[in-house]
Amino acid sequence: MTQHTPPPPTTGCRNAPVLKQRGQHEVFCGLTGIIWLHRKMQDAFFLVVGSRTCAHLLQSAAGVMIFAEPRFGTAILEETDLAGLADAQDELEREVDRLLARRSDIRQLFLVGSCPSEVIKLDLAKASEKLSAKHAPKVRVLNYSGSGIETTFTEGEDACLASMVPALPATDKRQLMLVGALPDVVEDQALDLLAQMGIEDITVLPARLADTEVAVGPNTVFALTQPFLGGTHATLERRGARHLPAPFPFGEEGTTAWLHAVAREFGVDQDLFDAVTDAPRARARKAVAKATETLNGKSVFFFPDSQLEIPLARFLTRECGMTALEVGAPFIHKDVVGPDMDLLADGTQLSEGQDVDLQLERCRAALPDLTVCGLGLANPLEAEGLTTKWAIELVFTPVHFYEQAGDLAALFSRPIRRREALKLEAAS
Amino acid sequence: MKLSVWTYEGPPHVGALRVATGMTGLHYVLHAPQGDTYADLLFTMIERRNHRPPITYTTFQAQDLSSDTAQLFKTACENAYERFKPQAMIVGASCTAELIQDDPGGMAEMMGMPIPIIPLELPSYQRKENFGCDETFFQLCRALAEPTDKTAEVTANLIGPTGLGFRHRDDIVEVTALLKEMGISVNVCAPMGSSPDDLKRLGAAHFNVLMYPETGESACRWMERDLGLPFTKTVPIGVGATRDFVAEVSKLTGLPAKIDEARLRLPWYSASVDSTYLTGKRVFIFGDGTHVAAAARIARDEMGFEVAGLGCYNREMARPIRALAKEYGVEALITDDYLDVEQTIEALAPEMILGTQMERHIGKRLGIPCAVISAPVHVQDYPARYSPLMGLEGANVIFDTWVHPLVMGLEEHLLNMFREDFEFYDDAGASHHGGTHVPRAADAPPVAAAETPAAAEPGQAIWLADAERELKKIPFFVRGKARRNTESFAAERGVAEIGVDTLYEAKAHYAR
Repeated sequence: MTQHTPPPPTTGCRNAPVLKQRGQHEVFCGLTGIIWLHRKMQDAFFLVVGSRTCAHLLQSAAGVMIFAEPRFGTAILEETDLAGLADAQDELEREVDRLLARRSDIRQLFLVGSCPSEVIKLDLAKASEKLSAKHAPKVRVLNYSGSGIETTFTEGEDACLASMVPALPATDKRQLMLVGALPDVVEDQALDLLAQMGIEDITVLPARLADTEVAVGPNTVFALTQPFLGGTHATLERRGARHLPAPFPFGEEGTTAWLHAVAREFGVDQDLFDAVTDAPRARARKAVAKATETLNGKSVFFFPDSQLEIPLARFLTRECGMTALEVGAPFIHKDVVGPDMDLLADGTQLSEGQDVDLQLERCRAALPDLTVCGLGLANPLEAEGLTTKWAIELVFTPVHFYEQAGDLAALFSRPIRRREALKLEAAS
Repeated sequence: MKLSVWTYEGPPHVGALRVATGMTGLHYVLHAPQGDTYADLLFTMIERRNHRPPITYTTFQAQDLSSDTAQLFKTACENAYERFKPQAMIVGASCTAELIQDDPGGMAEMMGMPIPIIPLELPSYQRKENFGCDETFFQLCRALAEPTDKTAEVTANLIGPTGLGFRHRDDIVEVTALLKEMGISVNVCAPMGSSPDDLKRLGAAHFNVLMYPETGESACRWMERDLGLPFTKTVPIGVGATRDFVAEVSKLTGLPAKIDEARLRLPWYSASVDSTYLTGKRVFIFGDGTHVAAAARIARDEMGFEVAGLGCYNREMARPIRALAKEYGVEALITDDYLDVEQTIEALAPEMILGTQMERHIGKRLGIPCAVISAPVHVQDYPARYSPLMGLEGANVIFDTWVHPLVMGLEEHLLNMFREDFEFYDDAGASHHGGTHVPRAADAPPVAAAETPAAAEPGQAIWLADAERELKKIPFFVRGKARRNTESFAAERGVAEIGVDTLYEAKAHYAR
């Protein structure tokens, strides 16, 4: 395998000190994951049991409202539910019955816990058990927490996938499981590359449809496609599956390393691996090179958002010639992102958690060429003269594997090119 | 528990944040779990504000619940004061914090801050966003406004505009200009553009202009009672309402009613022959009570539409909207359930919807043009250009906005004449809307005439295949009306099967 990226740093950042602060967290809660999960699982409905705030978040967060008949909704708690005047379990059952009667296309129903439902200790596990028994076999009812007190943004997907694992049938089959919700086109590309290497027994969590059989067992090895799946990782290990640690498949280097970890496990020989990957690798390098013309030599500052920050910092510093001034992540699971941390330049400032006001001060002092941050901060920072990339686009856009490497790099170069392109002064 | 797909209003703390964001020198400390910070992006993204809203959230998490969330709140208050040095602070709880009962208001008052602290009680499980705006601003006025000498000249306060308000930015400019023509200057415009110090001198004005009852009525009523400030009841949206507003101000102040109508174009545009095609277009109106009432008057009296139905999502306005509906001879729809609204629109089959961002989606699904007249709105409803709803320019803007989604006059005739034309055919839509022109599909083989008609609801007439085909030849923007008219015509006469003749008999019957 030819290396096209710089040699790995001597120690990397796996054991580097991490700055931890506690203050205001400017992050989404896990409910936000519903926005992409409901597109991925096409016969699933996500019913948030929560407040008007939850419903308002769902329709505001992604600027959605683009789905005329969405497959998510909120069962809004009212005074009577809180005062114990109505039995919340009965109320929920009634709403679910009504929903399932109206929407016969639903095969999986997720009851999603929220901050208020957790504070009043509404037992959604009990509710889903009861509802599952009632609506089986047509509809499977599961539950997980997407609340802000339990989950941060992408942890909602983690909790959702983790909730599916205990219910998966057992198998002793030797197989590979890909874990993480990817756009179908990207998932198909990954499956195709692996098939070309002769790896055919592959199962994907989450499956697009409820009827697709996904099983797990001691002969299952799994590769994560998203770095925020720490909880799912733990539940799969409890079912006897084994994790294949690797850098995440962002950019040419990340994709190659990720595929290589799988190929090694399945005994794919190097010649075959090269034959399959050489052409897409060259394409990815070429596409990234275009954006690198803009990004090379520039600095980047990450606010914590999706947990994609460490793998993306690795991609930007090693393949696009950028310098990372600070890489903030809501959580750092070393079991999962350790291989990416090994490739981050020694001395990169890492931070976990957030005090947004203090972090903004550090950002202004560091004057990065590009700041990756959430929607609440982007326009205010732009108005202060900083160039920003909204982080949410990174989870809403196909960015994984070779064919998207150029798109990923372009997401970062576009704001910089735009600032350079706009000329509003008088001509003379 | 109630299932909601989309919601017309956010929770009440979002209302409080709209007040704070409109103002300067005020800071909001909100006891809220992690994730509630999403509200910031309403302002930074949807409204494109260039600064963060003035708010500190405690963002507590599960581990804090088992330790000390109250301490977290106190620290947040202290840090917010130190960092932002506001003139006053409002404090409160979001829906989750309301449940853990830390009493942020009580705690903040005990902290001995050197500035006014105004606690907010916003019951999240009963009330909504508009209430949050109204109540917050009322509490601010009550805490800060003091009896004071009136200004020597006649001045007015503009009450009600907030952050994230629909066209509030431009309405302020328009109303200020209207008053200026009468020789009245603005004392304080609030919440938008004011500071806590400005609120202290609200009482110096001679009267209040209540621009948006949804967000400012409680404050106006309190000022009327405690500061002796009368307030205007007419919201100047539309030509007639603007003229009424000027007359009302004249009556309140004793100044002569003056209005320079040189820039007013709606009456002529509406009278010009190209607008003849607007006559009797059936519109359905839905939004907040204030905008719906204004839109109904404009629709009927200034555009010559027929109001086919109307309603509002804020229950606070249920009574006036019910009375209004009666006046228009229709039934009022008072609901915040999006699916109810969709069902009503589907049943009424109007030719146009005057609604909110939500109705735009309903319209898209049902193929009915829609113009947005009320919040909730989206990023495209905050245009760069000057586009008020109030005053004379507002009337001009409304004419353009409402006509735009419709097929234009002459184009309507072309569609009528050349129904089967390759360019002017049904599904192509209005030609000025851009988008790719969808060429007509090659002619489908004619449906066999003997085809069994679709089973109809009991008591409903069945469409025979030839009548169904004839119906398809009618241009899309009137097809809904034709279908509806024919069906009620058939029902009235007990006709079980609708044929081509029934269709044309109904057409003659309903001819205007």
